[in-house]
Amino acid sequence: MVRQIAFYGKGGIGKSTTSQNTLAALVEMDQKILIVGCDPKADSTRLILGCKLQDTVLHLAAKAGSVEDLELEDVMKIGYKGIKCAESGGPEPGVGCAGRGVITAINFLEENGAYDDVDYVSYDVLGDVVCGGFAMPIRENKAQEIYIVMSGEMMALFAANNIAKGILKYAGSGGVRLGGLICNERQTDREIDLSESLAAKLNTQLIHFVPRDNGVQHAELRRQTVIQYAPDSKQAGEYRELAKKIHANGGKGTIPTPITMEELEDMLLEFGIMKSDEQALAELEAKEKSLCSAG
Amino acid sequence: MSLDITNDTAAAEALIKEVLDAYPEKSAKRRSKHLSVAKPTEEDGVTGCGVKSNIKSIPGVMTIRGCAYAGSKGVVWGPVKDMVHISHGPVGCGHYSWSQRRNYFNGTVGIDSFVTMQVTSDFQERDIVFGGDKNLDAMIDELDVMFPLAKGISIQSECPIGLIGDDIEAVAKKKHKETGKTIVPVRCEGFRGVSQSLGHHIANDAIRDWVFEKGVPEFETGPYDVNLIADYNIGGDAWPSHKLLEEMGLRVIGMWSGDATLSEMARAPKAKLNLIHCYRSMNYICRHMEEKYGIKWVEYNFFGPTQIAASLRKIAAQFDETIQANAEKVIAKYEGLVADVVAKYKPRLDGKTVMLYVGGLRPRHVTNAYEDLGMKIVGTGYEFGHNDDYQRTGHYVKEGTLIYDDVTGYELEKFIEKIRPDLVGSGIKEKYATQKMGVPFRQMHSWDYSGPYHGYDGFAIFARDMDMAINSPVWSKFKAPWKAA
Repeated sequence: MVRQIAFYGKGGIGKSTTSQNTLAALVEMDQKILIVGCDPKADSTRLILGCKLQDTVLHLAAKAGSVEDLELEDVMKIGYKGIKCAESGGPEPGVGCAGRGVITAINFLEENGAYDDVDYVSYDVLGDVVCGGFAMPIRENKAQEIYIVMSGEMMALFAANNIAKGILKYAGSGGVRLGGLICNERQTDREIDLSESLAAKLNTQLIHFVPRDNGVQHAELRRQTVIQYAPDSKQAGEYRELAKKIHANGGKGTIPTPITMEELEDMLLEFGIMKSDEQALAELEAKEKSLCSAG
Repeated sequence: MSLDITNDTAAAEALIKEVLDAYPEKSAKRRSKHLSVAKPTEEDGVTGCGVKSNIKSIPGVMTIRGCAYAGSKGVVWGPVKDMVHISHGPVGCGHYSWSQRRNYFNGTVGIDSFVTMQVTSDFQERDIVFGGDKNLDAMIDELDVMFPLAKGISIQSECPIGLIGDDIEAVAKKKHKETGKTIVPVRCEGFRGVSQSLGHHIANDAIRDWVFEKGVPEFETGPYDVNLIADYNIGGDAWPSHKLLEEMGLRVIGMWSGDATLSEMARAPKAKLNLIHCYRSMNYICRHMEEKYGIKWVEYNFFGPTQIAASLRKIAAQFDETIQANAEKVIAKYEGLVADVVAKYKPRLDGKTVMLYVGGLRPRHVTNAYEDLGMKIVGTGYEFGHNDDYQRTGHYVKEGTLIYDDVTGYELEKFIEKIRPDLVGSGIKEKYATQKMGVPFRQMHSWDYSGPYHGYDGFAIFARDMDMAINSPVWSKFKAPWKAA
């Protein structure tokens, strides 16, 4: 049976990079993969295809008249080691409804047999779960496991918690589960501890901690994954490990337990990322004192 | 000719209680605020009809209300005859509101008049995802070529426009520059507000912002220039009204929006006085014209001879003695007609009871017309009236009259069943259910495809229609012969 997974996370956190590297590692394990990019920017497949941007379902549909006028071959491209790629696409910023676009594109792909004959379908979804359209991959009979890409930064943690809320909403009606958190290192203070702590609070695991490595950027400039560009590098090894963990994680997802804003803030205080009012005042006073004594 | 009668307050109150008893406690409490009985006040001849109004309907109770799009496209803008009105969005809203209100007009359809045409941008998936502004832009170009005599275009927003955030104002400005025609974007998405009432308000604001603000044209004015505001010419209503005003020496320079042209809307600020019939749907623009151009406004009522005479005198009082004398002449001129109508129909209708449930004006405005025929209003209510409508209702209805706001399907049915009036006046959705209960019915939105009912000429038709409904021989066949006692 086809396994459907999805990558969510705050904008700019490295979802597309992480997902494409991981899937490139997964294809080495003889898995047949389809990537469905759910972002109007349509940059979820460029490292796999090695090209700039692929034509999206919605732009082709707009040109042809409607999605009914499209054939699957028009929208699906084959990339690195046979990975199939499709991008939903969407409107230019500031007009129309990108969420509706995601719904239309996914329905088209499913109805036209894009999901036949693959082992994995992976959705790469923009930013936050802002509306029903972007929740499409977590609704019933779509992704079984969600992987949240995050880091030790405050906003990334907020977003992760929010996405967990979205998953919880659909966990009852469909089979969607939280597969785990993937921390994409930003070199913030106590990043692993914090990520593990959040994972525990959300009733999930920190499935992998991906260290920061410049090799990823070098590969990206060449429109390649690290797996393809530097297959023997340490970083390629990291993605292979993540791929293995995800492959082994099938059916082991959990129903998340998102926490309140207050709990989240308390956690950040605990890890010294956010300061309490008393702390901030005390620090200010100390600073003043030191300035006075210096003067 | 008003009748010195009252209804049975105690019975009406008991009836409200009985009807509310069927609801769960919370719903009963909420609905109880919308149901009342007209009570005497300190002011002589005025009853208190206060109920809670203009708030959200309770889901599941089968409200009879419409939406903001209906209020703008269906009521205010739709009848403007020399403009093309685009139903902007998917095809359904435009299709199912097509020619629903029978706004009559003079002109040639497709050449200089477009009221009975259905023009829609017919949104597809693509327009939702990528925005409908390009489609709208192209559409206005096409309309400009197809209908060169159309003076302008209005863009009536359906729900998706507000959801996807299409910038219809930007398109309107651009196309106005390119075509030189008046282009009016109206943000009347159906989900806004609690009923069609907000759509009226939004449509009024659009007249202010996209017609008046674009400049009032040069126009040679006279001392007796008036606008006849908020008569939608349903079944030709505005024509007998127009006739009476002209007969008393006034010059009607604008008739809104039944049989209206864009230019008569644009020049309205040049008038001396605004005469407003449907207060609910156009008081906003009258208030604006008063504030900005100093034009006073007067509410009038051309249903039935009592109200017509009172209104003619009220209007004349705003002008000089010539007009006042003319008003008396007009009233005298039609006395014969009125006497004939009353002589013919009153004996057939005397003492008959009526329940009304209409939109925002007629629940009060038509009551005296019934009373002129000897009939008696026992219950009335508004779909989308506001507080000020219920205040005004006190000047019309008698003590003990049942008052119901945004009545639910169940409540209205129960009220009719218990009161068993001789006539119910409401809309198409209520018509057949009522008739199946064996109670005569007239549609009071569309005049049941008859009309006009305004003015003296309309009164004759009104009387005939009510007689036809109540005294139809069909009602004698209502009981099966084997059950007839």
